[in-house]
Amino acid sequence: MSRLSTTICIFLVLGGAIAMAALNLLTLPGSPLHVPTYAVSLVGKYLSYAILALALDLVWGFAGILSLGHAAFFALGGYAMGMYLMRQIGPRGVYGNAVLPDFMVFLNYKELPWYWLGFDNPAFALLMALLIPGLLALIFGYFAFRSRVSGVYLSIITQALTYALLLAFFRNDMGLGGNNGLTDFKDMFGLPLQSDAVRSGLLVATAIILTLCLLAARYLVTSRFGKVLIAVRDTESRTRFLGYRPESYKLFVFVLSAVMAGIGGALYVPQVGIINPGEFAPAGSIEAVVWVAVGGRGTLVGAILGAVLVNAGKTYLTGAFPEIWLFALGFLFILVTLLLPKGVLGLISSRRGGKP
Amino acid sequence: MFLIRRMIFFILLLLSSLAHAQDDPFAGFTGGFDDIRKGIEALAISGHPQAAAAITALQAGTLLAGAGGVLVIKDGDKTIDVHTGQPIVATGLRTVRINNTVRRAAEAAIGSLGLFAKDTSTRRTSAEAVLKSRDPAALPALDRALELEQDAGIKLVMQQARAAAQLAAPDTSEPAKLTAINVIKARGDLDARAVLATLANQPPAVMEAAKAAILSLDRIQQFWSVAQSVFYGLSLGSVLLLAAAGLAITFGVMGVINMAHGELVMIGAYTTFVVQDIIRAHAPGLFASSLFIAIPLAFLVSGAVGVAIERCLIRFLYGRPLETLLATWGLSLVLQQAVRSLFGPTNREVGTPGWMSGSTPFGGLTITYNRLYIIVFAITVIAALITVLKRTPLGLRMRAVTQNRRMAAAMGIRTPWIDALTFGLGSGVAGMAGVALSQIDNVSPNLGQSYIIDSFMVVVFGGVGNLWGTVVSALTLGIVNKFLEPLAGAVLGKIVVLVALILFIQRKPRGMFPLKGRAVEQ
Repeated sequence: MSRLSTTICIFLVLGGAIAMAALNLLTLPGSPLHVPTYAVSLVGKYLSYAILALALDLVWGFAGILSLGHAAFFALGGYAMGMYLMRQIGPRGVYGNAVLPDFMVFLNYKELPWYWLGFDNPAFALLMALLIPGLLALIFGYFAFRSRVSGVYLSIITQALTYALLLAFFRNDMGLGGNNGLTDFKDMFGLPLQSDAVRSGLLVATAIILTLCLLAARYLVTSRFGKVLIAVRDTESRTRFLGYRPESYKLFVFVLSAVMAGIGGALYVPQVGIINPGEFAPAGSIEAVVWVAVGGRGTLVGAILGAVLVNAGKTYLTGAFPEIWLFALGFLFILVTLLLPKGVLGLISSRRGGKP
Repeated sequence: MFLIRRMIFFILLLLSSLAHAQDDPFAGFTGGFDDIRKGIEALAISGHPQAAAAITALQAGTLLAGAGGVLVIKDGDKTIDVHTGQPIVATGLRTVRINNTVRRAAEAAIGSLGLFAKDTSTRRTSAEAVLKSRDPAALPALDRALELEQDAGIKLVMQQARAAAQLAAPDTSEPAKLTAINVIKARGDLDARAVLATLANQPPAVMEAAKAAILSLDRIQQFWSVAQSVFYGLSLGSVLLLAAAGLAITFGVMGVINMAHGELVMIGAYTTFVVQDIIRAHAPGLFASSLFIAIPLAFLVSGAVGVAIERCLIRFLYGRPLETLLATWGLSLVLQQAVRSLFGPTNREVGTPGWMSGSTPFGGLTITYNRLYIIVFAITVIAALITVLKRTPLGLRMRAVTQNRRMAAAMGIRTPWIDALTFGLGSGVAGMAGVALSQIDNVSPNLGQSYIIDSFMVVVFGGVGNLWGTVVSALTLGIVNKFLEPLAGAVLGKIVVLVALILFIQRKPRGMFPLKGRAVEQ
């Protein structure tokens, strides 16, 4: 079942993305088969969220670390990409400054802050999108796991972490655009970001990277390492007494998951066209947890399914009945935890009488 | 009887008119420029009720002298007698002319005239103004005003003003200056420091004394600014304490992660809004006591919501803290949206009763009443909570159930009831916190969100299951926050506190005052 669901998932993600891209590029706007560009970017956004959900499922589903601050890693990856895209604008900004982004001209910066150096190079920016979230997770996780902070306490301090980052990124002195964030992007890798081809290409790229992440995560959790991880999740002390070091296992998977979330963020920003401190809001991280819970915790595929389903529902409901959305999300949390502890995927597999 | 009264009245009238004839404060105004200047100076310290009007009129050129020594103020086409303030018909009028000397004298006189005003606050502000201006020309007026002044407080300010003027006057003797420095030092505030700091060209002994006085003033200022920060910190701490007190019960004592806690606070705040709305519509006279009506109601409303949450949701999730966290977060979204649908997304106006607004100076502090009352309220709530937990049968059962559920059940305690009541108590306290927060924060559906992370931090920092720990941690966090604010700015200060808390939890995962014993093992 697990192998089957993974195969189906990869087929759907890759096939769907390629089909959408093809229908967007190869048909004319009047045709009934045409997929509008906004829909391409929308699905691209869902798939970026799916990478975040996958990352979260890796730590929550397999290591028992309920991180309520995972969107922080996602947003940090997004900011790294956003900084690159900002530098690509060059002299085409409103103020026409070749070096400084618009908001810096507006805030009377004289020169680029040191931490912006190098972000005009795409390879460096992509590396940073992986390194910065990973480094933060390494430092945070090292201290947290070493002192055996676990369970709810860990959840609360991860929430405090993302809250502190939210406050920090809201400050104009941070040099990252304050509450407006980074936006008004023009180019990516020298190609115009608004063009249909680039949008479709980003969707396909996101689908491919999501697939790779899924395969990597699956390889990890089915390996010997994954077995130890599950043992840590279920009985940490017993695993410790057997001679393993639970904190090292947790730390490795936490950092890996943060890097994965950073990749998701880096793919998210060019498709959505903006990154602002709102992405750090604790509510966003908790929403990501509900995607995983809806799809099915500890199934990997379920995380992707949940992220796409819940976000599609969100897009529909916030458009059609704006006041219903929070009710729906709220009741979703309650119903899933009370009635569907294994999520949608668990429901399907129990109908079929098999194990997920 | 009536006759006697009438006779006394006439005698008094006669006496007063005699006094006027002998010592007419306006006598000089009909003479030459020098007479007029002297007249102004005399008038300024006479305390005559028409003095200000007359001098202003003189400056504006509407003071007219008439035949027979009559002096009138021209006001449109009327003429008003300066002696009585009543309209009068006068003939042969000519404008009282002024030159630069007279003009300067008039300006100085206007400044010191306030010292003789009827209104006490005007007298006080005039004395303060002289203190700031340190104008030696005001000395005669101050001496005269000191003789007349009855109010001890204003008299003190006048003495300080006089000391400031004496220091500025060139002909004051050295001992008098030293005394003056002492008088000003005793005032102990920034104005006093400004007077001393601007002293120049003084004898060395005076400069020494002034320098010493400034040092001691700076120390006093430092003390008061620390005290003010402590007060603000206590006030912020008691807000945190109120928000966290309910959580200390539901999370601390019961171990339930209630992410909807903030929304219970919000419901309390909206209860206050509804209570005030009804009072405004039906019994406006009760407005001053609206908060006292709202407090028990908010307790009941939030408590009832809490019992409902426990019965419908949380009891299915005991022992699964992460699921509880998610389900209650979902509930908080539902409650927020419900309130938004009912009351609208914008802030609702919750009024502040008169007795809660305003402030009072206390030493060098400004104590605002709403902050003070919130501190008092927080103390009361905590005291009541501790009493309920330690001194009532209900509290005994609550502690029994949370310490050893099965043993408590074996002793005949209906544990499901106690669970519901304990959760209801914590929720009710959150509701009461909402009443207090409605006075200092915007009452909007997002009210609870802004407190939830802080509340959890307070409870975790203090040590789960320990009410005293919660008290200490809330006050500590409040004071630390307020001391960091001037150093790092409000937002950065908060970030520093959050990071420090994250690090603290690494060192002591169970808070400042961890519980000891078997309860910990659960």
